[in-house]
Amino acid sequence: MTRRVEMHVGVAVFPGANCDRDVGWALAGCLGWRVTFLWHQDATLPKLDALILPGGFSYGDYLRCGAIASSAPLLRAVADFAARGGPVLGICNGFQVLTEAGLLPGGLLRNRGLHFICRNQRLQVASSRCPWLRHFAQGESLTLPIAHGEGCYHIDPPGLRQLEDNDQVALRYLDNPNGSVDRIAGVSNEAGNVLGLMPHPERACDQATGGTDGQVLFQGLADWMGLS
Amino acid sequence: MPHFHATVRVGLRASVLDPAGDAVCAAAQRLGHGAIQSIRIGKAVEIRLEAPDAATARQQLESLSANLLANPVMETWSLELHDQEG
Repeated sequence: MTRRVEMHVGVAVFPGANCDRDVGWALAGCLGWRVTFLWHQDATLPKLDALILPGGFSYGDYLRCGAIASSAPLLRAVADFAARGGPVLGICNGFQVLTEAGLLPGGLLRNRGLHFICRNQRLQVASSRCPWLRHFAQGESLTLPIAHGEGCYHIDPPGLRQLEDNDQVALRYLDNPNGSVDRIAGVSNEAGNVLGLMPHPERACDQATGGTDGQVLFQGLADWMGLS
Repeated sequence: MPHFHATVRVGLRASVLDPAGDAVCAAAQRLGHGAIQSIRIGKAVEIRLEAPDAATARQQLESLSANLLANPVMETWSLELHDQEG
């Protein structure tokens, strides 16, 4: 039996999302992985190693960011995949979709200063228990781009205590550009297989775009799966 | 089947900061409305639906409000079911 050495990742495509091709390029172009784009109306998934919900403005951000995407047929398949332990990463709008779908705790609100913020952001790894973050030490810092108007993470005080007790805070901003509770930039579910981040690791996979810290996240997942 | 008209009002929870409301409040004060102390911005969703009776209409609208129109993590909602139409 030959050992499969290629990661196969599904990337969701919602109308209005605009980072799906960026994620595809980062994984296929920079890491040589196999990428399958998944249309939002698809109710079944091919056999995948991991699933990524990309950034953008799914369904024009109507109602609330991520609200309408959370009811798409694809999200039922994503929820089943996650329930079976499949690794799921939501980036920016994908993070908003995962909170709206109830796959991650909390929610994302308008940035405290109202500005859309687009810049490189210093971050600190709060927990390296997720496969994506396993190559970072707790407390280690990294730089990833952020680009959002609604990235202010909100959760009530009991919810925050639960996140901390379960080691679910994954990433924090070193400063706090958007007013997030406890400087939270990313959280995981209780099991640790679903991760949501406001920063964009796919935009930090090629030195030509200013840094490669994002590659370390994706490589962490591949190594965790024994594929690279 | 009777037709109903409803309004669902969705707003941020009192504990949640509303920076857009604060910005509008500051603008109002700049325009001389010094008596205005705070502004919170929400949305009103106008809905028309068919249902066999008002109780069924209310039940459907409550489910819709709780599951789609509002996110209970950060928002609250209220439902006003207007008189039956036709």
